[in-house]
Amino acid sequence: MDLHRLVYSFFNGEIAAHYWPDIARGFGVTTLLGLAVIATGLAAGLALAVARSFHLRAASLLIVIYADALRALPPLVVIIVLFFAFPYIGVSMSAFTATWLALSMVLAAFAEEIFWAGILAVPRGQTEAARSTGLSRLQTLVHVVLPQAVRITLPPLTNRMIAITKGTALGSVVAVHEIIYYASSGASEAGNPTPLTLGAFAYLVLFIPVVAVSRWVETRFAWKR
Amino acid sequence: MDQILQVFLNPAIVERFWPFLLRGFGMTVLLSAAVVPLGVASGLGVALLYSLHRRGLNWLVIAYVDFFRAFPPLVLLLFLYGGLPFLGLDLPLFATVALAFLLNNSAYYGEIFRAGIESLPPGQAEAARSTGLTRWQTLRWVILPQAVRNLLPDLISNTVEVVKLTTLASVVGFSELLNNARNAQALTYNATPVVAAAVLYLALLWPLVRLVSRLEHRSIAVR
Repeated sequence: MDLHRLVYSFFNGEIAAHYWPDIARGFGVTTLLGLAVIATGLAAGLALAVARSFHLRAASLLIVIYADALRALPPLVVIIVLFFAFPYIGVSMSAFTATWLALSMVLAAFAEEIFWAGILAVPRGQTEAARSTGLSRLQTLVHVVLPQAVRITLPPLTNRMIAITKGTALGSVVAVHEIIYYASSGASEAGNPTPLTLGAFAYLVLFIPVVAVSRWVETRFAWKR
Repeated sequence: MDQILQVFLNPAIVERFWPFLLRGFGMTVLLSAAVVPLGVASGLGVALLYSLHRRGLNWLVIAYVDFFRAFPPLVLLLFLYGGLPFLGLDLPLFATVALAFLLNNSAYYGEIFRAGIESLPPGQAEAARSTGLTRWQTLRWVILPQAVRNLLPDLISNTVEVVKLTTLASVVGFSELLNNARNAQALTYNATPVVAAAVLYLALLWPLVRLVSRLEHRSIAVR
């Protein structure tokens, strides 16, 4: 294995110049998809955790079943069921929508569990004190319980957000035009893995800062044991 | 309703493809059985390297862990799958897939073990060392038993993630459960095989997910 061939295969300047605009376009789609998933997934997860905190037996049971099932199912299976199976009953959606919906559903399940654990971790006396000062149930939740709960859930939540945004790469399986889609179609078109190197590099550019921030969050807001 | 059942859970199709799906399920289990123990062992290795607290080494360990945490496993798999032949390395498909998942999850297991070892009070190690235990004995008999107990929920939940990860192997045509289900779906123009695969994944992983939830809630309750 000589160095020249390695460079020619993986770091081919000519091929990189030809394919990098595609990768940049994919970078935009990956970023957009990731942000959309985080926004809807976290919102839905928080809503589910709040709904569960009202302790209605039937509703809580449904939420637990939902959260368990979507934590147990591989995200790729959820994407494929939404994209390939639902059209058989007349529900079709674009690849982007299917990936966004599937990943949001998965993130919502994990976020619900994390927020719920956070809500449980706030001592009961907090709620009782807030209620006895005359705050309503909802006010207690919004102004007293959630601010404390969210703070302690930040480290596990950031980890989960990183994991799920990396899942946007799964969109390539249903041909969402994100980074890895362009990278692997470019690699097979050029007969050279350089576009894959570019794609890998694009992911590192996107995620290394995120991982670094998560390390900071972890030490800053760590669970006090 | 009847039509939905015809398309989503068609008994005739389930019956016809059951052996094929089961074979895929077997490969999923086999792949997991290869990747999980190797991942746990190499993760522990990574964490032990860190516990030596040599500055340069620690920097390398963190770089390794963060690199693979930032790198989507599918990208890693496609990179190895498409790139290794160009290096003149023609690994069997099983080995390529296992290598990609191993690199990815050794970083995750490593980070879990590292956090667990670091979270123990330093007095534990100091006390053990001052009773005359060697470094190795301290690790084996004092640090690890406590660390592993604290980490059990994280270790199990990461294992669930690894098993879910094996579905990515279908992208490079490795015949595990999802791959077989999609092939069956393409043959029958019917969603049943994919739904059946989802049910099998649930059957395999739901008990573990429940277990993690129980362990986590218990650790919050005692806090």
